[in-house]
This record gives sequence, C-alpha cells and structure tokens, in this order.
Amino acid sequence: MSSQDIPEENLPAERDHAHGAVGVADEKNPFADPGLPPHEHRIQDIDERAAKRSERAVAFLFTLSMLATVGFIASYVAIPHDKSVFIFPLGHISALNFALGMTLGAALFCIGAGAVHWARTLMSDVEIADERHPISAEPEVKAKVMADFRDGARESALGRRKLIRNTMFGALALFPLSGVVLLRDLGPLPEDKLRHTLWAKGKLLVNMNTNEPLRPSDVAVGSLTFAKPEGLEEHDHEFQTEIAKAALMIVRIQPDNIKDKRELEWSHEGIVAYSKICTHVGCPISLYEQQTHHVLCPCHQSTFDLSDGARVIFGPAGHALPQLRIGVNDEGYLEALGDFEEPVGPAFWERG
Amino acid sequence: MSNKDDRRKAPAGERVADWADGRLGIYSLAKANMRKIFPDHWSFMLGEICLYSFIIIILTGVYLTLFFHPSMNEVEYHGSYVPLQGQLMSEAFNSTMHISFDVRGGLLIRQIHHWAAVIFLAGMFVHMMRVFFTGAFRKPREINWLFGFLLFVLGMFTGFTGYSLPDDLLSGTGVRFTQGAILSVPIVGTYISMFLFGGEFPGGDFVARFYSIHILLLPGIMLGLVVGHLILVFYHKHTQFAGPGRTNKNVVGMPLLPVYMAKAGGFFFLVFGAIAAISGIASINPIWVLGPYRPDQVSTGAQPDWYMGFAEGLIRAMPGWEINIWGHTLVMGVFVPLVLFGVFLGMIAVYPFIESWVTGDKREHHILDRPRNAPTRTAFGVAWVTGYMIMLIGGGNDIFATHFHLSINAVTWFVRIGFFAGPVIAFVVTKRICLGLQRRDKEKVLHGRETGTIKRLPHGEFIEVHEPLSQEALYTLTSHEQYAPAEIGPTVDENGVERKVKRGEKVRVKLSKAYYGEESQIPKPTVEEYKEITSGHGHH
Repeated sequence: MSSQDIPEENLPAERDHAHGAVGVADEKNPFADPGLPPHEHRIQDIDERAAKRSERAVAFLFTLSMLATVGFIASYVAIPHDKSVFIFPLGHISALNFALGMTLGAALFCIGAGAVHWARTLMSDVEIADERHPISAEPEVKAKVMADFRDGARESALGRRKLIRNTMFGALALFPLSGVVLLRDLGPLPEDKLRHTLWAKGKLLVNMNTNEPLRPSDVAVGSLTFAKPEGLEEHDHEFQTEIAKAALMIVRIQPDNIKDKRELEWSHEGIVAYSKICTHVGCPISLYEQQTHHVLCPCHQSTFDLSDGARVIFGPAGHALPQLRIGVNDEGYLEALGDFEEPVGPAFWERG
Repeated sequence: MSNKDDRRKAPAGERVADWADGRLGIYSLAKANMRKIFPDHWSFMLGEICLYSFIIIILTGVYLTLFFHPSMNEVEYHGSYVPLQGQLMSEAFNSTMHISFDVRGGLLIRQIHHWAAVIFLAGMFVHMMRVFFTGAFRKPREINWLFGFLLFVLGMFTGFTGYSLPDDLLSGTGVRFTQGAILSVPIVGTYISMFLFGGEFPGGDFVARFYSIHILLLPGIMLGLVVGHLILVFYHKHTQFAGPGRTNKNVVGMPLLPVYMAKAGGFFFLVFGAIAAISGIASINPIWVLGPYRPDQVSTGAQPDWYMGFAEGLIRAMPGWEINIWGHTLVMGVFVPLVLFGVFLGMIAVYPFIESWVTGDKREHHILDRPRNAPTRTAFGVAWVTGYMIMLIGGGNDIFATHFHLSINAVTWFVRIGFFAGPVIAFVVTKRICLGLQRRDKEKVLHGRETGTIKRLPHGEFIEVHEPLSQEALYTLTSHEQYAPAEIGPTVDENGVERKVKRGEKVRVKLSKAYYGEESQIPKPTVEEYKEITSGHGHH
C-alpha cells in the first residue's frame, strides 16, 4: 500500500443523486436531495406591462450611453487641456480629464447596466442542468493511445539506436548555451566598481544647491548640507550614476559631542562628512534631527547616529554609513582627503 | 443536397456562418459551447473583474506606447507644466509629462491604465481567496490554480516594471530598492545587478529594458496564461455550491447565450465604466508632483503600489543582520526578506498538492465547500492572509506612524512580532469560529430554525418555537463531505511480517488527524439523530 492509498471507508460517500431523481420528500432519508426547486416567475414573465417597463429602462440606459459618447467628443473638442476647475470635494482638477472620465465612464457603464438589466429582467431565468462527464479517458482510449505511442516509438527506433538518441540529447542540451553567451554583454563585470567613488584626495566639497565650494564657515551647527565632488555637473553624461555613489551629507557637531574617536580624527572642527546613500538598500538619507544628530532614511526608517560613527541605532540597515575623511586646503575650502575607505550603499557578497 | 435556390434563401448571417464552418468547423464548436451552462453566485464575478481589467490594461497600454519614449537620455523640460520648466529629466519622464499635460485625454488613459492595474491585482487577490476558501482548487482544477498563481506573480512584476517606466522620483526609489535587494544575493548579486542595469545603478539602460519586459515579455506570457485559464474553465465547467438539484455530476445555471453573454459582456462595460469614472476623479501616480528621478533625492512617505507593499514590509521589518566571514558578506537583513518573499508566495502554489496528499482523495470535485466545513484549510488561509496584511502594515509603517501619531519603532516592533504571532492567533481563532458555525448548522438541522415566537405552555413555561427546516435547507446543510482521519494501517501483515512505516506516511497521518480529527470537525447530523429528535414528543 503506497502512502497515497487510503481505505475507501475514509473517503466520504460520493454524492451522485441525479438531478431531479428525488423529487419528493423521502420518508427514509430526510436529508435527501429534493431536486431542483420549481421555477418562480418574475413579474416581467407574467405582466407584459412590467416587461415593457424593463424594455424602456434598458433602452433608456443605452440612449444615455449614446449621449455620454457625444458628451465625450464635445468635451474633447471644447475644453482646453490646461483649464482647471474646482469640484467639491476633489479640489482643483483638470477640467478636461474630469469631463472625459465622467462621460467615458457613463457611456461604458450605461451599456453594461443596460445589458445586465436586460439579462436579469427579460431573458429567461429558468435554470438548466448540464451533465458533467469524467475528465479521465476510458480504459480503451488509454490503451489505444499507449499502443499508438509504442508503435511510434518503435518505428522511430529511438530506444534501439542509442547513438542517435545520445547525440540528439547532447545537441539539444548544448544549443541554448549560445543564447546564454549572448547575454554576456548586457553589462560589465562588477570588478571593483562598487568600491570606488569620484571622491579623491584634494577634491573640493561643492554645495549641491549653490554649486559653490564649501568653506567651514558655511556649515552651521544644526544644519544639514548636501555636497558633491567638484567637477561633477548635472549635465554630465554619468551624473546620475556618479551621484548615486558620491552624494555626501555634511553636519557640524560640537567636537566634545563626537563619541567616536576615528570620526573626530576624520572631521574638521566638528564638521563631519558621511555618505548620503543608505547602507540598507541605497535610498538617499534626508531626515536630520539636530538635537540628537540622528539621521533617518525615509524609505525604510534606518536610523544612524552621526555623533557616534553613524552606527545603526534602529531599522533594517546592517552597518554604519561610510565616513569621508575631510580637511581644509590652503585656500580655506573643505576638501576630501581621499575616497571612502569602504564601499558606499547597500552591502553585497564581495564587500567583506 | 443544396441547390442554388436553397442557398439564395438562406439569410446572409447563415451564409457567412456556413462559409466559416467549412473552414473552421464553428458549428461543432458552437454546439458544445453556445448554450454552455454557468452557475450563478456573486463571488464568481471576481475572476471576471480580473479578466476585464486585464483587457482594459492592454487596450490603454497600446495607446500609451504611441506617445511614450522609453529612453533615459537627459532632456530639458519645455512642456506646459510650469513648475518643472527647464528642469533636466529623462526622455521617459518628459514623454510621460507630455502624455499627462499635452495629449488631450492622455492623462485619462494613463490613469485608467494605472487604476486598472491596481484593480487587476486586487481582483486576482480576492478571486484567489474565493477559490481557496471554497476548495475550488481541488482536482481537476489544480493546474488552473497554478495558472492563476503565475498570473498573480507575473502581474506583480508587470506592475512593478510598468510603474518604474516614467522614471519619476518615487518609482526610481523603488528601482533602487530592487537593485539593493539584488545586490544582497550571495555570490551572483553584483553580477545580476551589473547585467540588469547595463553597469552601475542607475545607468542609462533600465527604462528601455523594463519597457520591453513590461509591454512584451510579461504581458505575452500572461496573455497565454489567461487564454489557458479560460479554456480550462470552459473545459472543466464551473464549480457550484451545494443545493437542491446541484450534484457533483451536473452544473446548474443559465446558458451562455443569451444570459451570460449579456451579463458577462455587460459586466465588462460596468468594470470599464467604473474604472474610467474613477480615473476622471481620483489622481493616481501624479509624477509631476514627484519630479524626475535623482539617485540622491527622495521624498518621505515613499510607498510602492499596494501589491508590492508586503515585500516592502518584509524588508522594513527585518533586522539588519550582516554576516562577514572570509572576506565575504552575507546580507541577511535584505536577503532573508527576498527569500521570504518567494517562499510566502510559493505557499499559494503548493497548497492544493499538500491538501490532496493529506486527504489521498483522487476524485473530481465540482461542489464547492463552505469555508466553515473545511476548518483547517480555512484557518490556514486566514493565517496566510493575516501574515500578508501584517506585512502590508509593515510596508506602510511610516504612514501608520504619522497618521495615527504612533512611534515608528513601536509600529515596526508590532510588525516584527505580529508576523509570527498574528498567523498563529488567526489560525486558532478561525478554526474555533468554523467549528462554532458547524455546531450552529447542526443545531439548525436537528432542532429547526429559531422563529422568535415565544409560546406559553399550559403549565406556565415559556418556550421559543423552532420551525423545522425545509428539505431543501436540510439537504444543503448536510450534503457536505467529511473525511475520516487517516490511520497508520496494521504494522504487521497477515503473515506476521513487520512492515516498516515510512516517515512520509507518519507525517501524512499526523496531518490528516490535524485536518479531520475530532478537534477539527463536528460530525454532521445523521438521519438517525434527526429522526430520533423529530419523532420524539419533546421536540419544539
């Protein structure tokens, strides 16, 4: 007995009362199937006036639909596409979009409502029973198919001529490799691309908003400044890809309040620069709480403490934000003292 | 047989049909299907909503391709929306702005497309719940259940690749999230990311690549699956609920021509009309408010479309564990949610096969279960939905925190604990409710319906009059099947040789006891019980 077979008595009894076979209450079995109940007439079936009313209702709905389509075309032609209109409680919305939506909606909905009303009130609602037939084939059919298959298989001699069979399988298994190889040029190999950003020794920190190099005096306590490396401009071809790694956030913290020793060393007069890209899945972090020096990623709420090496204090991020070592050049501008020492953004297998 | 005169007499429609029949054999096809019977129940229209919204999506999607430019080349905006004048943006965003502001009716079609997608996914979710809770996935419909499951999953990814196309700030953030999740895959993560994006994120390729996936690859597969799904619905004939005259060997309802052609055809227009009206009223994905994507910018309250919300919840709730060994990083905090995403959805696909293995039932089932009569299955379903909903809450934890003035940490912890506790509680509670409803049915069958009529007996006692149920009601309430729990057969055969009980069989028997044991179903009333009570004088 296989684990799939279970004794017949464990299966519930099969229900096979044919439709209408037990038409009257059964004295022996009060739970027997009484068969389909008799059809109950609707008012439209017996009163021609009610049927006429239904007919008029359906025709009315179809007519409404026609009018709505005319309204749609009229709106399309007549309403300027930049006109806005105040509609309570929606507020100011595009007049054209509203008019087109309502007329198209009405035109379609009335066709549907008419058809459904027609079906429900005027078409026959007498229930009909159809027989079902088992899906599995009769044994004779199965036997015929198996015999045919054996004949075909024997005539192909696939089982006997093993050389043909094996080389065919080999050829069929190998040819999709060409397709796989063709996918190779979808992109470059990762190599160490995720480890480097545009930041390098001597690159100035440029304010993202003003496009001016930053001086220490530009960074006030309690403010959050976003910066990019000098030389990266919005019109550059690679701007999006480079800023996705190089985006920087800069805050000033009283040096006494910086708890992490390395953070203090890499800062300048309490000015610290961290990667803006969250180490969880790469959203840009943008919410800063000045009192606690916590920053929060608005996507998944990872929270980092910028006064303590940007370690994770809440949320799904797995490691601290990378810090950029900064200093001041001879002209008094903030500059990077090298690239990030670890990859920015989400963690990956080769990150280590 | 037919001479020239006869042919001239036949009406034009018949002549066209004759012509087609000679080439396509349409009369044989129509003989089997024109008056095909469909049973009536409100829940059977849920699948129709999915089908119709799918058609609407294809129609509107084709229109949108006439105007959309799937390119990430940077251009300056000079359209009619003033606030974004002169801003740098991709051609994808620019052309979506053009559709929304400068093509008359373009915004409406865009919104119909997006609303229909949201409704399509919601429709599939609810339709699958209907099929699950009524046991409509049982033999012979397991393959159609898998088709439906694939449609749901492919629908999610088609939706995702679709809403990523405008290259706006919100969708770009979603793409970044996906890229971060891909990076977490051990060994091959960085390679997949480089190959998918044609280099580092975001690069200049993904819109064009997502475009061909969104408009060709996935919808093509889905169209095939939809056609297969419908062919199987026709071939199997629709399931029906138990009732007088409705057996496992018939299907009772009304014919395709004319009733269901009118009802289903009309329903297409109802769905389309409703979506068009919604799209005229309610704005969806207003990309002009969000602006073009920049990888260093983000807005608060970033949410995916609802059907991706539970994936979002998984990734928000998971603690950020990272394992660093031998110079490699296993990003548990992201990779575990990615795996759970697949496992959680995969459960839907395998359930019918688990249940049929437990029951060992190889018969065809065309009569639907009432959910209460399959308490363990119903409890599993509700537990799954509970887990899903808790993750959906997790995906919007920031929204819940700001709207209900809760701490984000508290919401996140609720989700973390709820993901494990919620389904267990839901399972137990659902099973109790099902058993309670079974007892109520039994009570009704044996003692009749409570009429609310209070009668005073001669000796002063007050009783409520119970009215016996009609035979139709008795049949409906007692016709369901009840399995007996499986047993491990004799471990010694007739010759006294000990039989080894396989581990699989032991598991199956245990599961079967959990499904159909004493604690899991109330034995339905028997004819003897009924007769004993109804014939006794104590009946009231």
